[in-house]
Amino acid sequence: MPTMTMIESIRDAHAVAMEADETVVVFGEDVGYFGGVFRCTQGLQKRFGKTRCFDAPINESGIVGAAIGMAAHGLRPCIEIQFADYMYPAYDQIVSEAARIRYRSAGDFTVPLTIRMPVGGGIFGGETHSQSPEALFTHVAGLKTVIPSNPYDAKGLLITSIEDDDPVIFLEPKRLYNGPFDGYHDRPVIPWSKHPLSEVPEGHYKVPLGRAAIRRPGSAVTVLAYGTMVHVALAAARDFNIDAEVIDLRSLVPLDLDTIITSVKKTGRCAVVHEATLTSGFGAELCSLVQKHAFYYLESPIERIAGYDTPYPHAQEWAYFPGPDRIGHALSRVLEG
Amino acid sequence: MSELVDGDLRGNAREVPLILAIPEPARRPGDTPDFSSLKFSNAGEVRRPEVSDAPETMYDLATGLIRVLDDEGRAVGPWAADIDKDTLLSGLRNMMLTREYDRRMMLDQRQGKTSFYMQCTGEEAISCAFRMALSDGDMNFPTYRQQGLLISSGYPLELMMSQVYSNSHDPLRGRQLPVMYSSKEYGFFSISGNLATQFVQAVGWAMASAIRGSSAIAAGWIGDGATAESDFHSAMVMASTYNAPVILNIVNNQWAISTYQAFALGRSATFAMRGSGFGLPSLRVDGNDFLAVYAASAWAVERARSNQGPTLIEWVTYRAAAHSSSDDPSSYRPKDEALAWPLGDPIDRLKRHLIAVGAWSEKDHDELLVSVQDQISRAQAEAESYGTLRNGPKPSPRDIFEGVYAEMPNHLRLQRQEAGY
Repeated sequence: MPTMTMIESIRDAHAVAMEADETVVVFGEDVGYFGGVFRCTQGLQKRFGKTRCFDAPINESGIVGAAIGMAAHGLRPCIEIQFADYMYPAYDQIVSEAARIRYRSAGDFTVPLTIRMPVGGGIFGGETHSQSPEALFTHVAGLKTVIPSNPYDAKGLLITSIEDDDPVIFLEPKRLYNGPFDGYHDRPVIPWSKHPLSEVPEGHYKVPLGRAAIRRPGSAVTVLAYGTMVHVALAAARDFNIDAEVIDLRSLVPLDLDTIITSVKKTGRCAVVHEATLTSGFGAELCSLVQKHAFYYLESPIERIAGYDTPYPHAQEWAYFPGPDRIGHALSRVLEG
Repeated sequence: MSELVDGDLRGNAREVPLILAIPEPARRPGDTPDFSSLKFSNAGEVRRPEVSDAPETMYDLATGLIRVLDDEGRAVGPWAADIDKDTLLSGLRNMMLTREYDRRMMLDQRQGKTSFYMQCTGEEAISCAFRMALSDGDMNFPTYRQQGLLISSGYPLELMMSQVYSNSHDPLRGRQLPVMYSSKEYGFFSISGNLATQFVQAVGWAMASAIRGSSAIAAGWIGDGATAESDFHSAMVMASTYNAPVILNIVNNQWAISTYQAFALGRSATFAMRGSGFGLPSLRVDGNDFLAVYAASAWAVERARSNQGPTLIEWVTYRAAAHSSSDDPSSYRPKDEALAWPLGDPIDRLKRHLIAVGAWSEKDHDELLVSVQDQISRAQAEAESYGTLRNGPKPSPRDIFEGVYAEMPNHLRLQRQEAGY
């Protein structure tokens, strides 16, 4: 089986979906001729033609708004917002329109739309190329929010998202594009080809939304993570010698509550990790769900390890990033509690 | 020390102090209405270019005013098309239906049968004539003041009323604010209360139509006030970039709730001029002149359908009624301003035209009004038999949880169970 980077598997997912369904169209800033600033759509215009994959003006609200109109016509757009940080001009179109058109029209119009956007830090992107706005989407009724952590999932989840009949926010941890980054920024980059989940089947396959994956079985503490933080949490468990059960959520809405609760009932302890800012982050939702459904199994308070409630700094990036050290210490506290 | 500070604040004494402009309408409550600052062409004065003419040769159309009906009710000038009598009569009926529908729904709102209503009094010609120039299969992306589009397309009045009442026959199952209709079948996109978003979506729908090689075109709608939104710009840049088969309609009814048009217009002479910078042919049209609306719409439809691209149209009209059932315009504009509107009333003008050409009489008109009122009454009685917001059957609370997604996710199922529905 071929190994792929996350960029290659996302590119492949586009090609498979576009091949399978001629109503799939792809567009965004620099997406057409050039193939995207992260090259996730490279070659698609050449292969499928200019009306299936094309460039867009620098106007996120225009891109999302037009895609909603296209979806209402019967197309299945998969669009790219160049960085999640640039999403805000389109937020009204996403929240007030894409998310609600099925509901407010009682199914008369629907929006089968996938909006891809790179998220997270670790590339010295500063405050405007590093944000993780997943909670701004999970809070919105009518949206699904997906975030893969590896090439195999990225392809399968993206195909599922494109074929889904509702709007899906597809968040791509940009620090994972070229390798399974474990949070040790000062060590050599590990290529995806060394990771088992870089083995990506050819052709069409789906990874269902709402199904988490246990990346490391363990009995001491349940660690809930997604995206880049899955790899960082695994590194923390390894280096602090903690028998953690690391769960990769893969999709936040819908959420695989069963896997989470089963694990917490088994370990009796829980920690939540995300790169996004702490306050009102998705971790708060996870903590609430865990205490509601597994309160009497908990032996210590749930810990949240997250970005600080500040803008994402540039020079101090690695002090800000919730790396393996911060996670390891937090897990130790959960075990001692 | 204090001298120094004073000196800093004063700056260079030879410079004049800067002045911030806050637009103010010519007249306020208690004043005599005055529209003398608005520039109108005479009927028949504005030229009619070929639809295939280059947009850059048409910029003059953005500052004139396309009018067909003169003060005597005659159809004059290059935009006076040969429209058959039946089309005009059905346009007259559609406009009258729209007005009587508004009158009835407003009354029902006052009687507590619904929470909210919005009339389009004085603007009926725009949506009614425009819809008659479209074909079935085309798609409108309307605002909340284009009920004439639905009525002209023959959409069942009792369903519109059921939506307004949020009753057990409401096609939108009680989810939407009254007047936010939706009908794919009748070419009427689901209305949003968030202004201007639909303007971009119309462009996207038109792009999709071109991508799929269809012949259907789209029409976006926006009010003069909402052109200030960034989505107006988004729509224009997308339409212009992709030469989308879309007609972008600005209904300039002079008022955005209580703020008059200068708050969106700024220093520009007209809204239509906004199109020129995007290279779009931009028409400014008398929106109270049914014949002018029909002719300009047909022209733009032909442009879009023949791959000539988008057209921007500013329909100049006047919002004769309140913004909504929650608004009282007498607190910000002269009470009798609507009567002083120089472009008159669209129903009255078409009626006078039909009488002038010998196709109509006062008696015919009176009979038509009775027939229209009867149609509204019958539809109203039927709709009310399905309930109103206050009385009778309503959509089930269980339905709150349906249709958020194609399939109900577990967390919603749980919430519904906990709610006891």
